[in-house]
Order: sequence, then C-alpha cells, then structure tokens
Amino acid sequence: MPRVTITGSACRPYLGDLTELEVEATTVRRLILELDRRFPGLGKQVEESMAIAIDGEIYQDAYQATLGADSEICLLPKIGGG
Amino acid sequence: MTYIRKEDQKVVGTRPIRPDGADKVTGRAAFGADFSLPGMLFGRVKRSPHAHARIKSIDTSKARALAGVKAVVTAEDFPDIKSEEAFVGEGPMNFRDLSRNCMARGKALYEGHAVAAVAAISPSVAEAALDLIVVEYEILPHVIDVEAAMAPNAPLLHDDMLTQGVEPKATKPSNVAKRVSFALGDVAAGFKQAEIVVEGRYTTKPVHQAYIEPHACVAAVAGDGQATVWTSSQGQFMVRAYCAKLLGMEVADIRVTPAEIGGGFGGKTLVYLEPVALALSKKSGRPVKMVMNREEVFRATGPTSGSAMTVKIGATKDGKITAAQAELKYQAGAFAGSPIGPGCMCAFAMYDIANVSIVGYDVVSNRPKVAAYRAPGAPISSFAVESLVDELARKLKMDPLALREKNAAKNGTKAAYGPTLQNIGYLETVEAAKNHPHYKTKLGKNQGRGVASGFWFNIGGESSAACHVNEDGSVVVTTGNPDIGGTRASQAIMAAEVLGIPVEHVRPTIADTASIGYSFMTGGSRVTFATGMAVVQATEGVVEELKKRAAQIWDISPEAVTWQDGAAHPAGDNAGKFEPLSIGDIAIKSAKTGGPIGAKASINAQGAGPGFATHICDVEVDPETGHVKILRYTAVQDVGRAIHPSYVEGQIQGGVTQGVGWALNEEYVYDRDGKLENPGFLDYRVPVASDMPMIEAVMVEVPNPRHPYGAKGVGEVPIVPPMAAVANAIRDAIGIRMPDLPMSPPKLRAAIDAK
Amino acid sequence: MSKHHITTTINGEATEFLAEPQQTLLDVLRDNLNLTGSKEGCSSGDCGACSVILDGALVCSCLTLAVEAEGRTVTTIEGIATGEKLHPLQQKFLEHAALQCGFCTPGFLVAAKALLDRDPNPSETDIRYWLAGNLCRCTGYDKIVRAVQDAAAEMRGARR
Repeated sequence: MPRVTITGSACRPYLGDLTELEVEATTVRRLILELDRRFPGLGKQVEESMAIAIDGEIYQDAYQATLGADSEICLLPKIGGG
Repeated sequence: MTYIRKEDQKVVGTRPIRPDGADKVTGRAAFGADFSLPGMLFGRVKRSPHAHARIKSIDTSKARALAGVKAVVTAEDFPDIKSEEAFVGEGPMNFRDLSRNCMARGKALYEGHAVAAVAAISPSVAEAALDLIVVEYEILPHVIDVEAAMAPNAPLLHDDMLTQGVEPKATKPSNVAKRVSFALGDVAAGFKQAEIVVEGRYTTKPVHQAYIEPHACVAAVAGDGQATVWTSSQGQFMVRAYCAKLLGMEVADIRVTPAEIGGGFGGKTLVYLEPVALALSKKSGRPVKMVMNREEVFRATGPTSGSAMTVKIGATKDGKITAAQAELKYQAGAFAGSPIGPGCMCAFAMYDIANVSIVGYDVVSNRPKVAAYRAPGAPISSFAVESLVDELARKLKMDPLALREKNAAKNGTKAAYGPTLQNIGYLETVEAAKNHPHYKTKLGKNQGRGVASGFWFNIGGESSAACHVNEDGSVVVTTGNPDIGGTRASQAIMAAEVLGIPVEHVRPTIADTASIGYSFMTGGSRVTFATGMAVVQATEGVVEELKKRAAQIWDISPEAVTWQDGAAHPAGDNAGKFEPLSIGDIAIKSAKTGGPIGAKASINAQGAGPGFATHICDVEVDPETGHVKILRYTAVQDVGRAIHPSYVEGQIQGGVTQGVGWALNEEYVYDRDGKLENPGFLDYRVPVASDMPMIEAVMVEVPNPRHPYGAKGVGEVPIVPPMAAVANAIRDAIGIRMPDLPMSPPKLRAAIDAK
Repeated sequence: MSKHHITTTINGEATEFLAEPQQTLLDVLRDNLNLTGSKEGCSSGDCGACSVILDGALVCSCLTLAVEAEGRTVTTIEGIATGEKLHPLQQKFLEHAALQCGFCTPGFLVAAKALLDRDPNPSETDIRYWLAGNLCRCTGYDKIVRAVQDAAAEMRGARR
C-alpha cells in the first residue's frame, strides 16, 4: 500500500502531528478521494494547493498519475515561479 | 513521446537566428504601448499619496465635468469580491486581494495604491482630471519593515487578518498572514551531534524586477459586451481569467491578445491596468489605452519581499552537516502572499542533511503587494544559507566547494522539502566549478573570491500547441505562451528536429486566447520544457499525418512508410521503389489526400526537472569608497539540454546580473511618512554595462528523461546564487562579513570604519 | 494650448508635424509619426530606451522637446537599416543573441551606432562605458558588448 509523507505544515489543520500515512490508492485521483474520506476537507486542500512528488518527480494537477505499491509519495505545497 | 539522445539530435543544440529577431532589431515589434485603436481614450490612475489611510470619500464630480473626460471609475465600479483563493497564477491568488490591489476599497494600503481612474481624449486632459478628483483621507500610522510589522503594537493593515498555521489558533488580528514550517529528522539531536555550530542573522531589502517596459494595455468593450484586450503580460489566459473574475465578466466574453513583452521576470504574472482599462472602456463606450510611467511601476507594482532571517548550521569536524535550522520572515506588501513557502523549501535544497527545521512567516506591511520575481523566495533564503555555509567552511578550514561536495544532494538524496531527488546535476556543477580555470587564478590586494550554490524547482503545467503545414511545405507552430527569452527560437528548433526540415522553414507564432488552447503562463522556467513538449507532440502528430498522405500517394499501406530527414520513404524494399516525398511534395497534394495537414496537442506537462547551479565570483573592494567591482564571474548550471545554447547562456547571464544588482545596490528608500524616495532608475540603481564583466556561462547537461530532448527549465536558477557569491567574495577580499543587503558603498564604508 | 508647426528631417525624410510645447520628441515620434521603435522606459533619461541621434549627437528623446527638432536631423531605430538590408550592428545583435525581450534593443542599436560613428575601434571598456546609459535587464550585457565588438570589426574590415 503506498505510503504518503507530508512535508510542511499546510495539512496540519487536518492531520495534526501526523506526517506519514498509508493510503489505498493507485492513482492521484483515488488518493485525493481517500484522503478526503478519512480527513474531510483534506482532499480539497491537496487538490488545490499541494503538489505530489512520486518517486522524486513532482506532479501538479495530475489525477491520472499512477502510484505504485512501493512508490515514495510526498505531498508538498504547490510551486509557482517568476 | 520518446526521449532522443543527444548524439541523435541534429538541430537541437545549434544556434540559428531567432525567427522573430528582425522585427526586434528594426523597431517593428509591437510591445504593449505600441498599439492603438481608432477612437481610443487615454486612461490614468489616481494614486494614494499616503502609505496607510482610510478613504473617507472620493468626489469625482469635477473630474467628470472636465471637457474631454469620458469616464471615471472607483472601487464602486468593481464587484466587491469576498475572499476567494485559486491557483491560477504563479502562486495562490486571493481574488479579493487582487481586486483591492487594482483599485483600493475602503483603505489605501501603500503610497501609490490606486484609488480612482479616468479616461479622457488625451493624456494631458486625463492628468488634469486626476487633479480634480478630491479624496478625503484619514491618515493612519504605517509600518514597512518586516520585523516592525510583526511587533505587538504595530499598525494593523487588515483587521480581519488572523495568522494561519499557528497553534493555538490566533484570535487577535495581526500583520502576520501565516506561519509555515518544514521539518526533517530531529534537529535538536542533529545539533547535539555537531562539533561546530555557526549562526547568522541576515536581512534583505525588497527589490523590483525592473523590467524596462512599463505595464501597458489597450482594452475595448463593444456594445455587445465582447471585450478585447491587447496587453504586455506573461500570460494572456491569466489576464483573461483575472479580468473576468475582477469585473464579474464571463471568460468567454474576453479575448486577450499578447503583445511582445519587454521583460517580466514574474512581475507581469498578474494584472494591474487591464481590469481598470476594461471598466473605463465599458463606462465610456470607447477603447482605452493605459500605460504606467516608471514612477508608477516603482510606487505601485509588486517587487519581491524584503526579509529578516536567522540561520544555524551544525557539522562534525570532517565537514558533514548534521543539522540545519532557519527562521525566515518575508514581507508580503499590502496583502498576504510573499513567497515564504518556496523560500523555506529551497533554502537547504542543495544539501543532503538528515535533520532540518525551517519556520517561515508571511507578513504584510504598507508597501505594494509583492509579485513573483525569478525563483520567488529562493534567492533571499539562499543568500542567508550560502553566506553561513561559507562561514562554516572558514571555521572548518575547508575549501567552500569541497564542503559543498561533501554535503551535496545527489540522486537518491531525500530533499528537505520531501521527495527523493532523481536525475539532478548539482554535484556536476560543483565539480565543474572546482575544475574551472577561474577557480585557480590568483587574486591581488583587496580582491576576493566567493562561491555559492542555488536551486529552483521549475514547473511544467498546461500548454497547448498547434502545428500545420503550408502548401509550400513550410510549417507554422502556434502556441499560447508569450516569448520573454527566445522561446520561439527553441520551439522552431524542436519542430525542425522532429520534422527533419531546416529550422528556417518553421514559423513560430503566439496566438490570442481565442485562437489556441489554454496555456498556463510564461514563468516558472516552463516554456521550453512544457510548451516545448506540446510542440513536439503536435509536430509528431503532423509526421504521422504526412506518412499517411504519402501512403495514399504511393497507394501503399501507411505502416510501410517511414519519415526521415524531412521526407517520407518507403519502409523497405517490399514497400516498393518510390522516390522520397518531401514535406512540400506531400503538402501540395493535401487537398487530394484528405485536406489540410495539421495536428495539435494540449497537455499538462509533468516531470519538470529541478535546476541547480554553482557560481564563482571575484570582486575588488575599494576601501576608500566602499565600491565593489565585479572582476570575474563564472556561472555553472545544470540545464538538462540546451535547446538553443545562446538563449540558455543569455538566461544565465541575465539572472546573474539581476542578482548582482540585488546584492550591491538595489533597494527601496522610504522617508518617515512611508513615501518612496527613489521611484526611478537614477536612484534605484540596477547594473549597467560598465558594472559587469563578461559572464561565463558553463552549461552542464544532465538530461531530464521526461522531455524529448532532455530540457530542464533554466531561467530562474541563475538569480539564486549571486548575492551570497558576492557577499562571500567581499568577505574574502577584506575580511568583513556583510549580512545585510544591499552591500552598497555607504554600508561597506561603515563596516570598514567599524573594523 | 496652441501647437507649433515643426519642420525636420527624420531618417533622411523631410517631415512636418504639429507639437504642443510640452510634448517630448519621444511623444511625437511615437504618437504623431507612428515611429514606435523608440521606447519609453523611464521618462527621466536614465534608461536609454528612447535613444535617438539628433544632428549627430546621441540624445534621450524623452528629455528633448519636440520643438527642439525644428530644422535638425533625427535618426531613430527605424533609420538604422538601409531599406531591407540590416546594418552590421543589427545583424550582429541577431547572430550573437544580444537581445531577449528586445525592448531595450532599439536604444542600444542607436547608441552603438553613435559610438561606432565616432570611434570605429572601441575597446571593451570604451563600449561598456558608452553604453552605460542604456539599461538592459535581460542579457547582463555580455552578448551586447560582443555584438558591438564584432560589428565594429566587420565595419573596419569593410572599409579597407
């Protein structure tokens, strides 16, 4: 089951001190739905303001990105640029 | 899309003349202020003379009565938007704040804040009308410095601002919009392990992107509510979306045409004039042109944050960093939204450190709302961290590049901001710097050498591209991204590479919002990467179509056709003996074989590779004047793959020069009333040609396998290392650590005297 | 405000226009004559984007009143090329990628031409100090200087 780590404090209102959790999901879309089911409101937070790093590659707004059972998954704040 | 190895690339990596070049060197290229429409009015903005004031009343009657004035607007002409955040631009954007930044509502929050606007038959009538608008202000105490804004009794900008991200939840309003934190491992344990600990406090002043072209637009709302906007911006789709939101219009009713843009660097990733021009056009029934003058650009448009930072690093005697800690306070300007998040995430990103703790604060104060500036947030925190790493190297009696080598983030390193890094080229830049002849040259009296490293994420994002073939076999490539650095050249190269045709046969164009699919703005170092990917996909679609048409002409199966060197070939002897068909041969028969030949691609590009750089800077300090001369500068950067090397070098050289200005001279100077004393290029001192030497850009290529040619974003990383590189060089030259930017002559003189 | 009738020569062509007394030469070039190649970057003579050559001297057209053009010759960016043939400076700027956004480019080309008109063999330092009145935020000046050096060399070669 994919293990998700959360970097930074953006998700604290939903997760408290929890920075690592296992989530049953094979796509980012499923992940967001699962997170929202377990922690109401977190799904929207992730969808709108977070990026997802899967095995080191950063995805932003990518429902279809796949999560492997052994993938390293990190949630981090969305990134812009100048 | 397959990844093409460097050895197999024929056009990528060459240096053709950019396709839009002739217009730019003859003055024909049309920038924001170069456009006119018949019957056009001229708009001007009335701005608050006070840094902080309640707006008690605005009387526009005399202005409206002036002959030649056709419309006057205030906040009443804009919808009162309740707080609503969306990630439409270069960072989360609160539309309520953006609306109030474009036109003040209730309060003027900085000197220069727009409070009203007029449209008149000539610029001089419009100016005269501004003077006739009577605004009654109740002047309030103001605050500018970030730490002063955080103090308990600081004047409050927003009485509903409760700090987010703190526990227990904030109940009293303050100027701290939010607190963020990032942590890895156990920083207390890490410091216990350390045998050497260094600490430092650093400050930076706000600096402006200082693009030479002031903001400019022409807006026209027709009788049927259909609006067109011509504007110089980093994203026509962003302008459309923001204007729709701010004016309560439908996206479908606004068409935005991008002008050529005279520099942006992040400062044109939002709107200032466009919504106001649209409102004036709606009210007057005529097109309205609005152009800022340089003073307005400084008084009212977003610079980047000023900051106060403390950093602490611990290491064992062999140079292995065991713990790193930082507290960063960034100034957001009048509304929340400094780049504190990326500032925190990038601070230690070059290093493999097991125990990290970073806390950041986003603080408002009475200055223009901060806008993105090239790698937003990262140059600021890197200045502090890279200065302190230099101090650590000195304490350890270690070569600063050797120290970085020992702690370098590599493939497989867990970044402080979370993920494990892959396909990165940081170590390669350190090695290349160490082995560069620059690093070995001797220095003289009052001369010093400094090194510093930098990191930026780079992004991908949504891009659309269309490719179609003209009857003569030439090819048009259309995208939706303004070209701020030569991306049309790299798009032409990539299309030519896919098709196997000369790059001169490719015509890249940039379309308006009604003529190409949605594209996220130009910024985040994404266009060559993401829009390039869309261009490649679209062009590959054209190749597939060309093969099908050749098959028809030869009356064979499409599987029996290959594409090589700009022509269709039979796939083998069994396919038949046919002479190759060039793109032109096929194009001329397109009507007979099915119609016009074209393809498009709309993607959300993922997998943008981060960029790393290591810079070497030599300076000479004149102890009598405090003047710092840059003697030599070498910037090594992992660029993935340089599609057009000249423009990649250009990005590096330009970023370095902005960083040097940030380091040595650029700052906003305020008087006691919070009014800006240097809103012009005479006293806001950016580097000029005589300030800089030749800048050697060394491009290291660790390809990004996600991009067909291996490209990584390159535009933003170069501005991250220079401030620390210069500060470290000054330290080396005269033995004085300058922790406060800018390191201008008076500051150096004072430091030298104090020694 | 009564307007003045001005007769001048712009890019080799006899030109007439009406100007208000407070209008700058830059205003008139851009707004009255549709010569929008000269740019307004600062209106205070600090950025050089408005550079033109007035009777052989390099000036900021934002600091020159339109009425001052009476009876004089003006060369703008639009007059640097000879018909369709680019001036060596323009060609070298393209070859060296000495422009990115291109906004400052007209000013730099006019200023560089003024330099090479008086000194066909400037050193790197000469070039940098002469061009110190033109601001560029994109390039860091490196490729601009190289382009000017290369154009100067080509023009010296052509003269022999």
